[in-house]
Amino acid sequence: MSEERVGVYICHCGTNIAGTVDVEDVARWAGEQPHVVVARDYKFMCSSLGQELIEKDIKEFGLTRVVVASCSPHMHEKTFRGACERAGLNPFLFEMANIREQDSWATNDRKAATQKAKALVKAAIERVIHHEPLDPLQVEINSSTLIVGGGIAGITAALELANAGYHVYLVEREPSIGGHMAQLDKTFPTLDCSACILTPKMVEVDQHPNITLLSYSEVEKVEGHLGDFTVTVRKKARHVIEDLCTGCGECERRCPKRVIDNSFEAGLGFRKAIYRPFPQAVPKYPVIDTDNCLWFQIGKCRVCERFCPTGAIDYEQQDELLEIKVGNIILATGYKLFDPRRIPQYGYGRLANVFTSLEFERMVNAAGPTGGRIVLRDGETEPKSVAIIHCVGSRDRNYNEYCSKVCCMYSLKFAHLVHERLPEAEVYNFYIDIRTPGKGYEEFYHRLLEEGTHFIRGRVAEVTDAARQPGEEGKLIVQVEDTLIGKQRRIPVDMVILSAGLEAQPDAREVAQKFGLGCDANGFFVERHPKLDPVATMTDGVFIAGTCQGPRDIPDTVAQGAAAAARIASLISQRVVQMEPVRAHIDEDLCSGCRICNDLCPYNAIVYHEDRQVSEVITALCQGCGACVAACPSGAITEAHFTDEQIMSEIEGILWDVRPQGAHEAALA
Amino acid sequence: MSDNAYEPVIVGFLCNWCSYRAADLAGTSRLHYAPNMRVVRVMCSARVDPQFVLKALREGADGVLIAGCHPGECHYVEGNIKTLRRYELLKHMLTQFGIEPERVQLVWASASEGNVLAKAVDRMTEQLRALGPLRWQETVVQQDKRPVSTDAVVEEVDRG
Amino acid sequence: MAKKKLAMYWAASCGGCEIATLNIGMKILDVDANFEIVFWPCVADFKYEDVRGYPDGYIDLCLFNGAIRTSENEEIAHLLRQKSKVLVAFGSCSCEGGIPALANLTTKEEIFRSVYLENPSTDNPNGVVPQPVTEVPEGKVEIPEFYGMVKSLDQVVPVDYYIPGCPPEAHQIAAVLDLVMQDAPLPSPGSVIGAGVVSVCDECPLEKHEKVIAQFYRPHQKKPEPGVCLLEQGIICLGPVTRAGCGAKCPQAGMGCRGCYGPLDNVVDQGAKILSAIASVVDIGSPSEDEEEMAQRISAMMGTLADPAGTFYRFSMAHSLLQRARVDGSGDGEGGKA
Repeated sequence: MSEERVGVYICHCGTNIAGTVDVEDVARWAGEQPHVVVARDYKFMCSSLGQELIEKDIKEFGLTRVVVASCSPHMHEKTFRGACERAGLNPFLFEMANIREQDSWATNDRKAATQKAKALVKAAIERVIHHEPLDPLQVEINSSTLIVGGGIAGITAALELANAGYHVYLVEREPSIGGHMAQLDKTFPTLDCSACILTPKMVEVDQHPNITLLSYSEVEKVEGHLGDFTVTVRKKARHVIEDLCTGCGECERRCPKRVIDNSFEAGLGFRKAIYRPFPQAVPKYPVIDTDNCLWFQIGKCRVCERFCPTGAIDYEQQDELLEIKVGNIILATGYKLFDPRRIPQYGYGRLANVFTSLEFERMVNAAGPTGGRIVLRDGETEPKSVAIIHCVGSRDRNYNEYCSKVCCMYSLKFAHLVHERLPEAEVYNFYIDIRTPGKGYEEFYHRLLEEGTHFIRGRVAEVTDAARQPGEEGKLIVQVEDTLIGKQRRIPVDMVILSAGLEAQPDAREVAQKFGLGCDANGFFVERHPKLDPVATMTDGVFIAGTCQGPRDIPDTVAQGAAAAARIASLISQRVVQMEPVRAHIDEDLCSGCRICNDLCPYNAIVYHEDRQVSEVITALCQGCGACVAACPSGAITEAHFTDEQIMSEIEGILWDVRPQGAHEAALA
Repeated sequence: MSDNAYEPVIVGFLCNWCSYRAADLAGTSRLHYAPNMRVVRVMCSARVDPQFVLKALREGADGVLIAGCHPGECHYVEGNIKTLRRYELLKHMLTQFGIEPERVQLVWASASEGNVLAKAVDRMTEQLRALGPLRWQETVVQQDKRPVSTDAVVEEVDRG
Repeated sequence: MAKKKLAMYWAASCGGCEIATLNIGMKILDVDANFEIVFWPCVADFKYEDVRGYPDGYIDLCLFNGAIRTSENEEIAHLLRQKSKVLVAFGSCSCEGGIPALANLTTKEEIFRSVYLENPSTDNPNGVVPQPVTEVPEGKVEIPEFYGMVKSLDQVVPVDYYIPGCPPEAHQIAAVLDLVMQDAPLPSPGSVIGAGVVSVCDECPLEKHEKVIAQFYRPHQKKPEPGVCLLEQGIICLGPVTRAGCGAKCPQAGMGCRGCYGPLDNVVDQGAKILSAIASVVDIGSPSEDEEEMAQRISAMMGTLADPAGTFYRFSMAHSLLQRARVDGSGDGEGGKA
């Protein structure tokens, strides 16, 4: 250790660091520290010139260790490890001190920032001299992929991978794939028929030889790691034998039990107790809703069985557990619409003619419950005036602070559809801001302005049926402060549509935990990097696409689905990938078999050998958290790159100026 | 840090996935907070061996902050629950060592909660300023270097 | 051939180490045949003056037991270091502070108050408390000073080897003495000898499973189920964190290991490490619980573990990272609590 030769590089990052930290002083001081043979400061260490500087010094000074003090290791650790490697130094003999995000950007106090920078640099020096050369782990990639969620994101990703020649398991918990997009009528801004562009893709999924579609199924358990996941899928009992069912629909027609369809038809229409969510459903097999089926509830009926021409009905069918092996996973689990009942003053659920956006989508859909007619809750009366309220549950501290991104555009689309179907009707859009970034989106907004929609800027305070003025009787009154004219206004209308925002699925956290992901404060899955790695996650081999990551529209969702597929295709084509060797290891000679560690590993990577009475970490399963290392009472478990010695030395270094031995040195510095 | 005034030094053990990123985010968002915390990055708060906490206190830290992902959001599923168990037992034990609870704290901060982390550091810095320095080796371990006297006991007896 | 010179000393100790040494049985005759005893206050009448008269390095093997509690302990430690070729920290107290170092959880003042004034069995009507220097008509009387903190031997002088245990097992002592008598090469200086390299669990025949602790019991609160790991039954056992060498005698008798053989090579702080191990496997808390409530519940559960500092550092307080507690009357120097 004493012979280690350390090079220390202090980055200015332009003025990002140098503006607050006295980088020259830190470099000068670093040069005086034991083991340090060269210390420099430089404008941009991450530039190619900066990296060349390191490479040159490694060769010239025979450096055996390198420290770069610059930004967060999450930014550039890879960059500098690469520089070390090019100069023939094992990349793990490098350590980074974060003096930008965690120092210069977090304070204005130059003196304190410089002192802190020294502590962080000293910590890195003390740590790096205990580093050991490590080799990345080689992991073979299984070429099959699991995609969870059969909305447009999952469908896109599945087709991309399947077309590339790789096998895909597409798991969807509903009886049909299609997701929210299948419910929509037109898509903005082009007004394509949603189903018309979606269903061909659904059929393609159904028929693709490389896609195994597991609808009405949910993932129970995930084990393993990038390249080699074992996933247990619960295939819920449909009570219809798929091999026999031809999808003729006779059972559905004969079923005597009508049920309000709260799912696909958003409560506006009906379905049967044995049903397919919609005519173009993929797969074509119906499913028995056992909560409503007369046979399951009162033990009478069996009409579907009687009329099924192929004998496909099976009341005894049980859930099936399938175990599948995949190399990668994409989560495309989508969103849930904000429930406007949570805003009681908007009257949804209390005032009949207040509708949610999804209800309206179904209503205007030609295949929907009203055959595309825009009518009030009575199913007959056409409204003469329609209010569309934006930002319901979005951009609101009481509910969700974020913008749901799609509501402005779909609200404009609604306005257009009302104009189209009911040319006489007045349409009011109540908005806070109109947000229409996107190809053709702003133009669509202008089109609506020309179509005569009234745009009123202001957050709606209340929707009420309490008439105060003549002309308000029998109407819904929208109370709003029109902020453009600075006045309170009461607009009486016949129909109100609430443009509800997008929320994370209610079970997102549960799902995240199952797959080892993080969720943000709103429950959306956290990407590896918000800008540079938006579809990867912190867990290698698990990707995310679509609205499970945050609100977005169809084109963005499709792009993400394809992006996630491309990431995986690239991993598969490498066949073997390299992974960080930060793993735990048990020295069997020191292990006493006390079994403290056995139950601590969330990945079941620790096995106990009864015969030898020692425990062992299965390297490929270990994710390197270090929980077992901290618990091992014998000190028999070490974590590569995070050994006790390295961390203890780092602690000594970080406290160099307050340690009794170091205080004197610090006073002189 | 002005020249002679006491400024506490906090060693922060931050998990790679949530709280270290929260600290990064605080910086990226230019949230200014007390420059008193110096961070040791670990993969998971569950890697924080109680030995590290004691080591930091022994080596001159005035306080130790352990930060991890919120329960339920741990990158390693439930590493932070193990952290919490150890932390709670450690706290009981440190009381016996005469170490005030404010000196060793556990905070949950997700990757998006730069502000939570920054506030925790500010609050802890204030608390430690109020408590004064710890300087374990000089003031506690080395205390027997003071001329040892039993005067106090004797005086008490005399008075009694 | 001249006999090797052997010394044995007791500093702050109970005498158990001497008894253990005599417990080597007939082997003591070999010792007598091979060694000349040049200093052993417990069994032979030597004066400190005799030792001072020896040339430096005169003693071939010095077994030093007991912790450093007083100025006398420290003075003799320095003297024996100077006069000995090989100085061995013998027994838990000398190695790590041992039971006397539990006093580091309190202060000298408290100890004096308790021993000389407040203890119900103390008969001290005049409230006499020992003073290092006392004026008497004949002049000054000096007695050794009682230090504020107990230390291990290696905290005052360099030590060549450590033989742990409270007391060290007789067969382990015999084995080490054999090595020296046979002039066999000794391990590298600084090593622990007469003990194992893995933990007590390795020697413990009790059946072990995946460790999960549901509830803590003090030894008197539960009759252990025979044949099953005590820790799994909630009885605190320091076996996992303690060096083997004793043969796991205590756990086999239904008593949790108290940790006298000290920590293993890769462990710095025995108490912190067993704290971590035990807390990790307590079956409480899950990711879905409310943060605040869970913390309170866990805290309450951990609070049922009696006297963690005294339990986890029963023998290793002096050698621990913190070494002593900060209590009223300690650590109140210039830099202390404002």
